[in-house]
Amino acid sequence: MSDATPKIRIRGLKKAFGPKVVLDGVDLDVMGGTSFVVIGGSGTGKSVLLRCILGLITPDAGSIEIDGVDVTTLSSRQREPYMARIGMLFQNGALFDSLSVWENVTFGLVAAARAGHGPRITRAQARVRAGALLEQVGMDPAVGALSPSELSGGMQKRVGLARAIAARPEILFFDEPTTGLDPIMGAVIDGLIADCVRKLGSTAIAITHDMASAQRIGDRVGMLYEGRLIWQGPPSTLFDSGNPVVDQFTHGRREGPIKIDVRS
Amino acid sequence: MNGILDFIAGLGRAVLDIVRMAGRVALFAAVALSHVVRPPFYWRTLWGTLVEIGFFSLPVVALTALFSGGVIALQSYTGFAQYHAQNAIAGIVILAVTRELGPVLAGLMVAGRVGAAMSAEIGTMRVTDQIDALTTMSTNPIKYLVTPRLVAGTLALPFLVLVADILGVLGGFTVCVMKLDFSASAYITATIASLKVMDVTVGLVKAAIFGFLIALMGCYHGYHSRGGAEGVGAATTAAVVAASILLLTFDYLLTDVFFSQ
Repeated sequence: MSDATPKIRIRGLKKAFGPKVVLDGVDLDVMGGTSFVVIGGSGTGKSVLLRCILGLITPDAGSIEIDGVDVTTLSSRQREPYMARIGMLFQNGALFDSLSVWENVTFGLVAAARAGHGPRITRAQARVRAGALLEQVGMDPAVGALSPSELSGGMQKRVGLARAIAARPEILFFDEPTTGLDPIMGAVIDGLIADCVRKLGSTAIAITHDMASAQRIGDRVGMLYEGRLIWQGPPSTLFDSGNPVVDQFTHGRREGPIKIDVRS
Repeated sequence: MNGILDFIAGLGRAVLDIVRMAGRVALFAAVALSHVVRPPFYWRTLWGTLVEIGFFSLPVVALTALFSGGVIALQSYTGFAQYHAQNAIAGIVILAVTRELGPVLAGLMVAGRVGAAMSAEIGTMRVTDQIDALTTMSTNPIKYLVTPRLVAGTLALPFLVLVADILGVLGGFTVCVMKLDFSASAYITATIASLKVMDVTVGLVKAAIFGFLIALMGCYHGYHSRGGAEGVGAATTAAVVAASILLLTFDYLLTDVFFSQ
């Protein structure tokens, strides 16, 4: 695989829900080992973009290539080996309530072993591995015995991150990683994400509307607006992009090209 | 004229909606059942659900059966005593309990308790992205969540109905002996004489089908719930209502098949 080939390549991605067009021809290249952050307002299709890449939503048109293979044409069974190379941190953690923290952390490892996409792992080995992963995200391994409902929002995010990186994935996705967290915990989570991505050498895509988070996580940032990526650039230019839409969004101005429909 | 046409159009739409829904449910069930024979198998989930349905539903099913058996005995007595036909009460109780009351009451109790819980659990998993998380971790959500529950429902309800049959008869026995002064040995003899293997077997077959339907409705409505807590609540209600209606419909159909000759 040439270095010039993007790890993830999206072309002409479209998705509509009834008359509402959410994605209207998204083009995106993410190079291997880099982090790309998608910013945009609420309801602009950031989560839909991520879910299309993950195969959770079927796009209406366009292609999504991972290592040069268009995954939109694969069946769910053919997709499984690709999914085994992907880790995902959901917005609210999406931890399984019925399992303990350590079982959550190693769920993907056990599932991949069951499906024949990963090495066999016993419950005892999984528990030890979960402890190491929890330490990696700054948590006491003893937390592994708790239930997810006993954890705070920040701790749930960290457990979600431990679960996402458990299989040492080549690709990581982060859906609003700092939403609902205080600024300090947000910075902690961002730091952990940046650390994990760097240590694993993974390719990452994060979506957020937290500008500080975008700057901390991303090697590149792009803005999704009216179904398209209207701007891409390094995070250092985020507040001085030269694009009036991006500038209005990043500075949080009420006046500008973005019209918010506010009805009482 | 327009009013009549609107009524017919509305009726047609309702029928089409029902047919569409039946098709979706059948497809959902077929996909889930196809995983019964395809590894990997989730034994822990299956065992957990078996315990949840078969063990934790025991108190409610037992009490319902015990009192229902007693009520049948009491009501039969008030009617039959006028014709000096009290001897038939033991036969009436065991017939009613094994053929109908056992499977139907146990099914309705389990639909209310377990069907609702399944729908709420899977619905909550849906609206909190846990089902999507399963997909991202090489786990088929239907195989992991639905298939074990369908199998557990099908296996556990016959066991509960067997317990309900025994306790229903015990309820009738207790009322007849303790309250109506029947001879215990005569009641037992009459019960054994009226006991038919066919009645018990058909009751257990009904129970297996009811268990499958209850689990199917709980899983289907939970799996397709939308819109946060309100959506989960609506799915839970729909699961219990649909399971109860299906259960009574299938009870009639199965009774017609097995006993109408």
